[in-house]
Formats: sequence, C-alpha cells, structure tokens
Amino acid sequence: MAELYPETIKIDSVADIVAARQVGRNMSRQLGFGTIMQSRMATTISELARNIFLYAGEGTITITPIEREGAIGLQITALDAGPGIADIRKVLEDGYSTSGALGAGLPGVRRMMDEFDIQSALGEGTKVIVVKWRS
Amino acid sequence: MTRGIEKKYVQLLRDYLAGQGEDQLYDAQQLGKWLLLQDISPEEMIDLHGRALEYLGDVPEFVRASFSILTEVMIEYGNEHRSVTSMRSKHKQFQSEMAVASAMQKSLVPQELPVYPDVEIGLVSVAAKQISGDYYNIVTHDDGRLCLTISDITGKGISAAMCMSMLKYAMESLGDMLHGPDEMLRHLNRVVERNIDPSMFVTMLFGCYDTQKHRFRYAVAGHEPGFVYRAKEGRFYDMEGKGMALGICSDSHYQEYEVHLDVGDVLILLTDGVTERKIGRYYLHRDELVSYLEAELGTSAQVMADNLYSKLLLLSQFELPDDYTMMILRRT
Ligand SMILES: Nc1ncnc2c1ncn2[C@@H]1O[C@H](COP(=O)(O)OP(=O)(O)OP(=O)(O)O)[C@@H](O)[C@H]1O
Ligand SMILES: [Mg+2]
Repeated sequence: MAELYPETIKIDSVADIVAARQVGRNMSRQLGFGTIMQSRMATTISELARNIFLYAGEGTITITPIEREGAIGLQITALDAGPGIADIRKVLEDGYSTSGALGAGLPGVRRMMDEFDIQSALGEGTKVIVVKWRS
Repeated sequence: MTRGIEKKYVQLLRDYLAGQGEDQLYDAQQLGKWLLLQDISPEEMIDLHGRALEYLGDVPEFVRASFSILTEVMIEYGNEHRSVTSMRSKHKQFQSEMAVASAMQKSLVPQELPVYPDVEIGLVSVAAKQISGDYYNIVTHDDGRLCLTISDITGKGISAAMCMSMLKYAMESLGDMLHGPDEMLRHLNRVVERNIDPSMFVTMLFGCYDTQKHRFRYAVAGHEPGFVYRAKEGRFYDMEGKGMALGICSDSHYQEYEVHLDVGDVLILLTDGVTERKIGRYYLHRDELVSYLEAELGTSAQVMADNLYSKLLLLSQFELPDDYTMMILRRT
C-alpha cells in the first residue's frame, strides 16, 4: 500500500467524471478489489461526480486508500461549494431523484458502499464521504 | 458468491452445450429463482458467467473484454434490484402501519347497533380501501333519543381517519349541551373549519330520532339527504335539506328539518358511494336506486341494507370505487 497515495480530481466537465472513474477503478484494482467491486467503485464515483457537475457546477473528488485495524479500503470524498441539499433524509429515500431516474443515485451509492456520510448546508455546499472495505 | 454455485453453473453450461436440451433451460430458470433468493445481483451473475466461460474453452479476448461493458450496464440494474428489495421491506412496514390505522378507525364507530321495540336499524358501511372516508355514528340517549350521524370526508387515507377522530370527539364533548341538530352542525363547522386543511371539507347529515314520538329532526351540511318511504302511500320521497358543507366557511348556519315516521315507514340515509357508481357505461340513477330499495321493502332494516349492498356490488361488477355507507331506520 505504500506506493498508493490519495488523488484529488477537480470536477467541472464530463471528461473529469470519466477521469475520476478511471482513477478509482485503477486504485481499487491495485488494492485487490474484485472486478465487480471495481465497477461499483467506478459507478459510485460517477454518481458523486455527476451530482457535483450537475448541481454545484464544480468541486472535487478525492480518492484515498485507507487502512484501519488491519483492514484495507478505499475512501471517496466528494466536495463542492454548491447550493447544498435541503432535506438529506429525502434524497436518501428510494425513488426520490429529481431527474426521475432509476438506478444508483445517492441511495444506490449508499447501498453499494460500507460507510456513507453526507454533510450539507444550504448555500454552503455538500460533502459526501464513502468507504468500501476489501472483503 | 460461493465456489459451489460456480461449479454448479459450469456443469449446467456444459450439459447444455452438449445437448442444448430444454431440461437444462428449465434448470437454468429454477437456478434463477434460487439466485434471486440468495440475493445474487445481476452484475454478480454476469461475472459468474464470464468466469464459467473460462472453464469451457479458450475464450477470445474480445468476448472477455466485452464483459466489462456488460458488467457496467448491469450495475445499474443491480442498483434497481437492491432498491426494490429495500422498498419491499418498507412497504411491509407501511402496510402494517396502515392496518393499525384501519383498526383504530374501526374503533371509532359503534360496535353494535341499539335495539328498540318498534324501531329497527340496519347498517352497511364498507371502505373502498383500507381507510374509510365515511363516518357514521349512532348514539342512544336515556330520554329515548337516538342520534344518527352520517358523513363523508373529502380525501381518503390517513387524513380522513384523523379528521374522523376529531369529528367524533368534538361531537362527544358537546354531548347533550346543545339544543338541536342545526346547532350541532354550526358548532362542528367551526371546529372543522379551524382545524382541517383548507382543501378538505366534510359533508354530514346529523339528526335525532325520538323513539317515542317517532320524529326525526335533522340538519344537513352539504350532504345528499336520503329517502323516506311512506308505507301508506307506497312511495319513496327525497328527504329535503340543504346547507353548506363543514369546513368551508367559518360562520355557516344550518336549518332544522323534521320528518315523522308512521308504522311501516322507512328512513334511508346514505353517502355518495352508494349513488355514485358506474353500472356498465352509465351512472346509477336515483330512480333506479329507489326501485332497488322498493324491491327489498318486505324485509327487516338490516336485511334490506345487506341485500341492497350485494345487489349494487353485483351491478357494478364487484367494484367499489368509493366508500359506501347506508343506514336504514324502519318503524315497525
Ligand atoms: N452535490 C449536490 N449539491 C446539491 N444538490 C445535490 C447534490 N447531490 C445531490 N443533490 C440533490 O439530491 C438529489 C438526489 O440526488 P441523486 O444523485 O440521488 O439523484 P438525481 O441526481 O436526481 O438522479 P440520478 O443521479 O439518478 O440521475 C438531486 O436531484 C439534487 O437535488
Ligand atoms: Mg445524481
């Protein structure tokens, strides 16, 4: 793990979303996650980065390899200074996405990951931190 | 996923590729059910298939690579699958909460009908869904008065149930303090107007039947009054009565009406779930309803109410789009 360092990707275009996915996929492969977990990690990063792009305009995704009590995992931090989310409980409910879209969204991300934390203040921005442990 | 499943799956593929039989296809379908039960996601299944191929021969690189695309697409199906699973458990919880609300609502209406020597009461009240928007009550007083309420609350579900308990307790707290039905409705209107959502309102007929003098004094708030059958003439009449529904305007006033029942006369009170029903392509006509009522006249009040309900249900092909309440009072 010594050779893996956190990486921060600035998000303000679709190309950045793709770049962030790529970093996440590579890092999870290097950490020894299985192929499905690699893809789920990429999907998670996609969703968080896309929310930044769509709702805040710009922000960052930071991908950090972590080690806690001998367990190895990957942590994704999505940070922006956008409009913030008024009702967090609501957006974590299934079937709530404003775009009416099915699939991942924040509830999907929460289910794919082991840890999920979200902080948001109206007018100040949003921070989402998720962790997936290698099983 | 366990290695056991992988082995089984490889074997299934081998058997199928050897003979391409329907047997294996059937097994595959059964396996699908089992995998669902084990909570195996679509993307895991794709992955399993990809790995299984490696056991069966040389997999061309383009086939192997194409699995990445398939996996990526299936992850979204997986997310949907997981969300359905969690919604299913939420739905269960919601259903049990609704069942509690429904039971609580049933406790708001009288559990049995009073019995008098020369007045029969019949009642059928059926909710279209779990929670009814119809409210009725039958309260006996020591002085021989029998107070009847029949009411329809706009909006269904929980909001109707909550409004209903408010109505019941508002009426109970007034009890005998008030003079007439017109006063009762005037007071209830104020309670309802102050306490419910402006988009909601309540229609009601409230009246007291004097079981000695056989006189029914009532008042109406936006509710379709029922019918009175005059045995002597062998005819049904529409009951009269008008008034603003409860909860619309803070200072509505109501008028008191009165009907007197002779031996054999029948009073029929109802909610619009009885009348507003589609029979085939047209709506039930009031005259038609009267003719069905007429056909049931020889029986007791309860049998009459039961038969009418069955009859109308049959006519509308067992569909009950709205809550249904009918109360019948018959002087014997
Ligand atoms: N970073 C953010 N800043 C402000 N609002 C956000 C942010 N992320 C999410 N939201 C709000 O939360 C809602 C739910 O987000 P989620 O990603 O679950 O669904 P969606 O973006 O509406 O649809 P989908 O991602 O499925 O296309 C969004 O519609 C948006 O209103
Ligand atoms: Mg989104």
